[in-house]
Amino acid sequence: MLGVAVAAAMLLDMVMLATGMRESFRQLLLSRGFEIRLAPKGTLPFDTDATIPGVSAITATLRSNPDIREISPVLGASIHIQVGNRDVSGSSLGVDPAVQGDYELLSGSDPATADAIVVNDYFLQQLGARVGDTINVATGYDPQTRTYSGQRKLVITGRVKFIYGATEQSGSAMRRETLETMRGEATRDRASLFMVRVREGADAERVRDWIETEVPNVTAISIATAIAQVDARLSYFRQLAVILGSVSLFVGFLLVTTLVTVSVNERAGEIAVMRAIGVSRTHVVQQIMVEGVAISVAGAVLGLGLGLVTARYLNAILSSFPGLPMAIDFFLFQPVAAWSALGLLILSGIGAGIYPAWRAASLPIAESLRREAIA
Amino acid sequence: MTQPIVSLRDVRRDYALGAERVHALQGVTLAVDRGDYVAIVGPSGCGKSTLLNLIGVIDHPTSGTVEIAGKRVDAMSDREATLFRLHNIGFVFQRFYLMPILSALENVALPMAEAKVARQTRVERAAELLAYVGLGNRERHRPSELSGGEQQRVAIARALANGPSLLLADEPTGELDARTGTEIIALFQRLNLDGTTIIVVTHDEDLAGAARRKIHMRDGKVVDG
Repeated sequence: MLGVAVAAAMLLDMVMLATGMRESFRQLLLSRGFEIRLAPKGTLPFDTDATIPGVSAITATLRSNPDIREISPVLGASIHIQVGNRDVSGSSLGVDPAVQGDYELLSGSDPATADAIVVNDYFLQQLGARVGDTINVATGYDPQTRTYSGQRKLVITGRVKFIYGATEQSGSAMRRETLETMRGEATRDRASLFMVRVREGADAERVRDWIETEVPNVTAISIATAIAQVDARLSYFRQLAVILGSVSLFVGFLLVTTLVTVSVNERAGEIAVMRAIGVSRTHVVQQIMVEGVAISVAGAVLGLGLGLVTARYLNAILSSFPGLPMAIDFFLFQPVAAWSALGLLILSGIGAGIYPAWRAASLPIAESLRREAIA
Repeated sequence: MTQPIVSLRDVRRDYALGAERVHALQGVTLAVDRGDYVAIVGPSGCGKSTLLNLIGVIDHPTSGTVEIAGKRVDAMSDREATLFRLHNIGFVFQRFYLMPILSALENVALPMAEAKVARQTRVERAAELLAYVGLGNRERHRPSELSGGEQQRVAIARALANGPSLLLADEPTGELDARTGTEIIALFQRLNLDGTTIIVVTHDEDLAGAARRKIHMRDGKVVDG
């Protein structure tokens, strides 16, 4: 039974893995309600250091479409802070705090003024700073001469959690105008990314097509296209999940077949007597099939708990891979996944019962009783 | 003259044992009257159980005819034979073969469920039968909570569930101690007195002695009786 439970747990985990990443990514993209992202032509958001020029013009073009509700241009950059004799580096996003979709405020306040910055807990820890402290932030650092450029004193006004941030990544955000000023002419009126909210009821795919036509120097990525790209990049995981899931199902099938066959062999005399007293072959087959399904269901129930525990453990390991957003779950529990696994197990239980049921129904009554008597 | 309930004419039963052919029954002709109590005796391997299996319609003869309650049963299909056994024949075996997960009452009711008897009726009849075999107070007990003799009495009650015209027993006292065996012998006698036709295969001299008629077998043939 434990073997069946382990196979069921493995199957559940693999179903969760096969569907979880996609769903988790979809939820992540939708978490702040931005349906479309614009990245420099031919890239994915923050895939490269490339930026989109003409933020003001693009914003004006986008505003002309009544289906577009909000636009959030985001500029990304590396920042450096001198702490004692060492340089602490991190990333910073230049945003409009009123419409941003990159972070959640944990405490304090948004960077409402030009000299404000919000940082994540990991950055705070690296800096040894607290909310309310003033830090000297630079957008450039030459490690050979140990000189900083684009420096500005900023006050930490809040603690935040970055939605797309990875574990152990120092992240911060300030007003886009502040970051532009600190980086100088090179990024004047430029953005690394635009995030776009569409009007409720509007067709995001149609808006995406419109943007690509009207703003030719960007790649517009809707949730659907983003998921398709993620699907393509993570297809390895899905294939692995399908293979391991199939193996688990097959192992479970073999275990149930073996258990029921052994049970039928041990009860050959009992089954022969049932047949002798008038129990039909059909009822014998039904009983053995039910036994197979019962073992599968019991294994599935045990496996559900085991699967959830192992999924949580494996998820913690995989989610800690460098560069992956913390919010991405590899194993996402969805009732549909649990039902799918249970359905597959029940089908496999029915299949597993066929051979032993056929054996039980075919037992020659007199011969089986004679063998039992000799035994 | 009444028609016999069991009638066998020149019945043969051969088995293939590897390359050899074993002649388990060699031209047995036999008749058992309704209401009779017959003990089939003889040395091991003489064909007693094979004969009982043919009468019980759980085996087919190689040749010859078998009639039970006026019906030819030697060439019945599996489905026909199953239905015939369900309604006409009760079996008691050396090992009791009760369903371990069912109570005594449920074990007795099992053949009635198979015969699609209404639930209330089968519960009442099972309770009556358990009372008849002296286990009225053990209805809810599982086989593991019963002694060997009690389990055999439950098996006898189960055999009587659908009111069979014939009760067949293969070494019914074989796994019981002498005192419990005596109780089962007394129960068989009472059943016969109440009108049940009984055929037992046994090595037990006491059980055979309690029968009205003894049939001796040797080397697959009826030699006496």
